[in-house]
Amino acid sequence: MSLLAFRGAIEQGMIYSLVAIALFVSYRILDIADLTTDGTFTLGAAASAIFTTFGTPWLGLGLAVIMGAAAGFVTALLQTKLKVQPILAGIITMTALYSINLIVMGGKSNLPLMKKSTVFTFFETLFGKNYGKLIFIVIVVTLLCALLAFFLRTRLGLSIRATGDNKDMVRSSSINPAFTITIGLMLANAITALSGALFAQHQQFSDISLGTGMVVVGLASLIIGEVIIGTSTIPRCIIGAVVGSIIYRIIIAFALNTNISASNLKLVSAIIVAIAISYPAIKEQIAFYKLRKAGRNHVNTK
Amino acid sequence: MLTLNNISKTFNKGTVNEKVALQSLSLHLNPGDFVTIIGGNGAGKSTLFNSIGGTFLADTGSIILDNTDLTFLPEHKRAAYIGRMFQDPLKGTAPNMTIEENLALAYLRGVKRNGILGLTNADRIYFKERLAALDLGLETRLKSKVGLLSGGQRQALTLLMATLVTPKLLLLDEHTAALDPATAEKVLALTKKIVADSNITCMMITHNIHSALQLGNRTIMMDNGQIILDISGDERKKMTVEMLLEKFRQKSQKAFDNDRILLSTAADK
Repeated sequence: MSLLAFRGAIEQGMIYSLVAIALFVSYRILDIADLTTDGTFTLGAAASAIFTTFGTPWLGLGLAVIMGAAAGFVTALLQTKLKVQPILAGIITMTALYSINLIVMGGKSNLPLMKKSTVFTFFETLFGKNYGKLIFIVIVVTLLCALLAFFLRTRLGLSIRATGDNKDMVRSSSINPAFTITIGLMLANAITALSGALFAQHQQFSDISLGTGMVVVGLASLIIGEVIIGTSTIPRCIIGAVVGSIIYRIIIAFALNTNISASNLKLVSAIIVAIAISYPAIKEQIAFYKLRKAGRNHVNTK
Repeated sequence: MLTLNNISKTFNKGTVNEKVALQSLSLHLNPGDFVTIIGGNGAGKSTLFNSIGGTFLADTGSIILDNTDLTFLPEHKRAAYIGRMFQDPLKGTAPNMTIEENLALAYLRGVKRNGILGLTNADRIYFKERLAALDLGLETRLKSKVGLLSGGQRQALTLLMATLVTPKLLLLDEHTAALDPATAEKVLALTKKIVADSNITCMMITHNIHSALQLGNRTIMMDNGQIILDISGDERKKMTVEMLLEKFRQKSQKAFDNDRILLSTAADK
């Protein structure tokens, strides 16, 4: 793999890592598989792209975050007040977002941003063509990780963590689970939308199908990170999400580098995801076989 | 302190599974009262606690705690005044959070604090002090995840969490029933000490008639969603387990059917 392709994989990995971080908040902390993610990623990309064509890329990033939080709010409302099952609530919002995303992109399903100035062009003029983009992404991701780690230590952050850990306990400690779930999902979707927003400006286009399968890819990255970095503390989990995401992109880049054609990419992704997500179950199964074998040997030697 | 007026609750109303759990139950507790509650299977003891705690709303009646009308308050708002413990040690603590984080959550209850951090060094010092009083060695394990503790340790921690901010009312629903006898003894002793030290108004469901008569200053017997016996003072002091079971037979026209109570009564003999 060329240095250019490698750098590209790291840049993309770090942008996508925000999705993994968002899923850490919704899936790991709140224990909700939030399928809004697919729609929110595209929403962020769409908002960011359309404002970039207007010549206001920074505003695009900001509005993407706000719109992402709003999408999270809708999913949370469906779940907490209207008692829709969590998975279905996410699917409903995601479906609605498909139409909204088309509206945001001005009715077009694809929005190219060639030769438009983006937030990345600003940093390229500042730090040079080679590493300008990467420096900006590293700054954003580092800042976000630090803020999230801090937030999860605040009173509200602790309450959100407890909500996913033990709902019975949360109610009896005077925390309103509806409120903590709402804040958690708004936060997660705001981060996802930021990821989509950065992606659109980095890749210089937005497309209605960008977010398809994003929740699976994000989960795979998250789990790869958990296996490699561990889950003993919150900062570890967050760093794991970033590392896992970068590794996932490098794997994809290698896959592309070999003779696998781009049309098979989804299949490759699905296999990686299936292995990554089933890793704990496979490990358990192997441990069981070992135990059984040891038990049999023990009987035989007697 | 606590006044219940005409509380009724029927589950699955209008179906074949209809179950009257509470029938126009009224009760008044004075500040500092420690009431033990006994009764057969399905007598409505836990339903009574769930109605007070706000797990569901009662069909009729009102619940007043220290001049605050709780009748229609949601569960998490009532939790600002009421500490609760259940039989299952897993219910009261967050397993993937550390001991100090769990305590920090309990410390939020009903109290406004300065700053935004969930846990300060001053909090840690205070938690250590309170944990040391449990005498389980937990004060050196502030950063351990609660999931790693034994059932007894978790239940003791839950007790501390329920009383860390002194509640106006403490509801204990057979909170030692899932523990081994020695640990149960210890948690019960801790309960007695904490309740006495902070002069907490407390209600405790137990299946151990012996400890029901020993602990607290008042004993209530429930059957069929009603209070059938309410004893305190001298009458309670003279009461023995046998007399209480006899009273139950007289009042309810049937033998006592709580198998666990009978087992523990037999074991005590």
